[in-house]
Amino acid sequence: MFIVNLRSRRIFSFAVIGAIFVLMLGCTPSHNQSTFDPLGPVAANQLFIFNVIFWVAAVIFVAVEAALIYMFVKFRRQPGDGDPIQVHGNPKMEIAWTIIPALILVIAAVPTIDGIFFAANPPPNPAGGPALEVDAIGRQWFFEFQYADPNDASKKIVIANELHMPVAEPVVFRLDSRDVIHSFWVPKLGGKVDMIPNNDNSLWLQADEVGEFYGQCAEFCGVSHANMRFKVIVESRTDFDAWLQEQAAPAAETVDPLALAGKDQFRSANCIFCHSTGRGSGIGPNLSHVASRLNLVGLLPNAEEGSFVVNDAMLQENLKRWLTDPDEIKPGNIMSREADAYNKPEFALDESDVDALVAYLMTLK
Amino acid sequence: MSTVPFAIPRPTYPTGVWSWITTIDHKKIGVLYGVTAFVLFIIGGLEALLMRIQLTSSNQDIVSPEVFNQLFTMHGTTMIFLAVMPLSAAFFNFVIPLQIGARDVAFPRLNAFSYWTFLGGAILLNSSWFLGGATNAGWFGYAPLTSIEQNPGHGIDFWIISLQVLGVASLAAAFNFVVTIINMRAPGMSFMRLPLFTWMTFITAILLVLAFPVITVALIELYMDRTFGMNFFNVAAGGDPVLWQHLFWVFGHPEVYILILPAMGIVSEIIPTFSKKPLFGYGTVVLAGAIIAFMGWMVWSHHMFTVGLGPIPTSVFVITTMAIAVPTGIKVFNWMATIWGGSVDFKAPMLFAVGFIALFTIGGLSGVMHAAASSDAQQQDTYFIVAHIHYVLFGGAIVAIIGGIYYWFPKITGRMYNEMMAKVNFWVMFIGMNMAFFPMHFLGLDGMPRRIYTYDSNMGWDFWNGVSTVGVLVLGTSFLIFIINIVTSWRSGETAEADPWDGRTLEWSIASPPPEYNFEVIPTVYDRDAWWAEKRGKVQHGVPVGGGSDEEEHSIHMPQPSYWPLIVSIGLIISAYGLVFHSGNFIVASVGLLIGVIGVYAWAFEPVNEPE
Repeated sequence: MFIVNLRSRRIFSFAVIGAIFVLMLGCTPSHNQSTFDPLGPVAANQLFIFNVIFWVAAVIFVAVEAALIYMFVKFRRQPGDGDPIQVHGNPKMEIAWTIIPALILVIAAVPTIDGIFFAANPPPNPAGGPALEVDAIGRQWFFEFQYADPNDASKKIVIANELHMPVAEPVVFRLDSRDVIHSFWVPKLGGKVDMIPNNDNSLWLQADEVGEFYGQCAEFCGVSHANMRFKVIVESRTDFDAWLQEQAAPAAETVDPLALAGKDQFRSANCIFCHSTGRGSGIGPNLSHVASRLNLVGLLPNAEEGSFVVNDAMLQENLKRWLTDPDEIKPGNIMSREADAYNKPEFALDESDVDALVAYLMTLK
Repeated sequence: MSTVPFAIPRPTYPTGVWSWITTIDHKKIGVLYGVTAFVLFIIGGLEALLMRIQLTSSNQDIVSPEVFNQLFTMHGTTMIFLAVMPLSAAFFNFVIPLQIGARDVAFPRLNAFSYWTFLGGAILLNSSWFLGGATNAGWFGYAPLTSIEQNPGHGIDFWIISLQVLGVASLAAAFNFVVTIINMRAPGMSFMRLPLFTWMTFITAILLVLAFPVITVALIELYMDRTFGMNFFNVAAGGDPVLWQHLFWVFGHPEVYILILPAMGIVSEIIPTFSKKPLFGYGTVVLAGAIIAFMGWMVWSHHMFTVGLGPIPTSVFVITTMAIAVPTGIKVFNWMATIWGGSVDFKAPMLFAVGFIALFTIGGLSGVMHAAASSDAQQQDTYFIVAHIHYVLFGGAIVAIIGGIYYWFPKITGRMYNEMMAKVNFWVMFIGMNMAFFPMHFLGLDGMPRRIYTYDSNMGWDFWNGVSTVGVLVLGTSFLIFIINIVTSWRSGETAEADPWDGRTLEWSIASPPPEYNFEVIPTVYDRDAWWAEKRGKVQHGVPVGGGSDEEEHSIHMPQPSYWPLIVSIGLIISAYGLVFHSGNFIVASVGLLIGVIGVYAWAFEPVNEPE
């Protein structure tokens, strides 16, 4: 109706192409936490609903903005104009633009509510048996994960910062927190659910491809909220079972003299008060297999980009950096604030203490 | 004279600083609100600028996380409670009595008290920066992060008590405007002849009265947890942090309608005036405003879609939240239909009003996207939400308020602003706003959470963060232009006539600026758009609703200034500091309370000066 001549048609087309170009710039599925790269059914369902609403909204957006631009041009007052007709309203039109949006919203609501129930109810495990359950516990400022021990269901395996999942199976996460509210979010696998102390929140996710996925806390939880990140490693069922057995095994014993000195340091500097090297969940993350993790403290990569094998040189450097000045890496972290080694001069670590500790921690594969 | 204790003569300062300190004139109080709120808006803007500089690229350490967390908390709290709400109050104050044909509000001293209490609350909250650190747990202050164990300093207490003080100011103003609009309309001005800005103010004031008590209770409970070891939100003792969220958002959602309805009222005045047509579907727009206010109570848990309430409550809130888009859409279409077929003069106020529609529509559409709880699980707590809120609050409320400042500037100051500068102001603001906030949609959907002081270089978020910061700098420039325009025009702009826009409502029927008594003779109203009807000679001289005015029989009766509203505010602020620091068993708080009680007593019984 308002594309009345070639010039305004050209302007309009240019504007539409420009808008599409700008919008396409916003879709970057290759980025680590992009919601446009759904690699599991929950994320895919949520993206589908987004697309339904987005394209309807885009049409409305174009219509409204184009109408405003048209009015900007067409109804400009000219010198000598008198008063326009004093129209007070048009009930038919008003009813129309009440009912039509309401109908559009009904169309949006149906798949939305369907999606809510889909995300709330984990599907049956295609491999048969119950779905794998993992306890995900938010702590200031790291994620702790607990798995049932494959050899003794009454016991737990406690790890931190790195979650493993078997591919193409639904996994149920039981969410909890030891302090404030956190939120568990792996954008490429699905939307987030909050981790609230003493609350029985849970969510299910399924990853349909093997690989490494990025997760991040998504509820403001204090000083280092920005640094509360984790990785999800998705692998075949066989590889996952093997990994779980490794985690279930006790921490490696070492005979290296520097590492043994480090083990003594671990006790005498009181690290053992907070960090278990067994099955415990203490104030700090469990360290029994810390040297097998692909990142340290959820932030520092221990492996090359795209690799699933720990690079010992990178791990060593990260451990040294962390132990020398943890507050520089994760400001406000509880170890810097409260651990004897960082607060009482008689427990302070000099460089040789740090090197010994690093050597010990590197044996905890 | 009377034998009332503490009775002192009323102040009589016709000009000068003391005339401002003791004023009870709604026009002066409106200017005080406007200038103060604008200064606080700039402070909030500087807080945002610091955050944006820190986030321009990855892994920066220009601002520490401790400071960053205070910045975003103070930015949100300042913009909502110390900028947008009092800027709206500035308009309520100046414009409402003029639009309804009254000489002042129902309770002029209470009006002054509202302003001084607001100023006190603003000073209280911002003094925290220098007194041990500002509040740092977000403007929404979720438990347990606000507990005394997590946050042992006084920052959270400053936040709690400031909000209570600001609540007192807001409630006083709300009561004042509800009573004023009901009781003090000129003869013939029935409710369906009210200017639309007055209608939106009325609805907003009712929302304030109903919503503030909820946050008052929540803040009292939090204060009790922190100060007296109670356990409302303490999980270890059986409390529930989700209770805080429910209480906060039952207040918080009506609060966002409190923020936007006055702006919608301003736009509903500007568009008809500059289109030379009445508002299309006046009755429908009024009804839509009332419906939005009513339905605004039924949507609060859409702020809690990821809290794990369960699929059934979540689905209910999806439906109610989507439903509230309908009356909002109606308003947008009615505004557009007002412009359609009009004879439109795109002076600065009209540019801002049309800009409001363009930008608020974007914010409204992203709001509908959030309403879908399933996809919202990816958007919640990301920059996609930050984009939405800034489109509706900046692109919506602030743009409308700036338009309103230009619109009523001639009436308030008696001078014209510089039209060319104002148009440049608009375009720079429009470009800056979109550059600053549109990329946040991309960042949110790219997985960038909110409230993070930094991010890693391998996330791919550097580019759009950089663009956004440049946009904020452009926005800042637009405000420099605005300030220069307002200040120079106020000083030496062209003299304004009474009715520079060929307006439709009663404020344009009196001089610019208005005399102290507003109307020499209280007008009798025969139609909606009362002034336009009179000018165009289309008045139907039937019997005015409500009878005629009997004022011609007496001289004009004006309320007299008073010292007591300021004194009560001072007592309240002393008490507030006493509650924040609660040392010495609340002695300071009690002293402040005593001053306040004495002040209220003296206020209630103070005599008026004898006429000369």
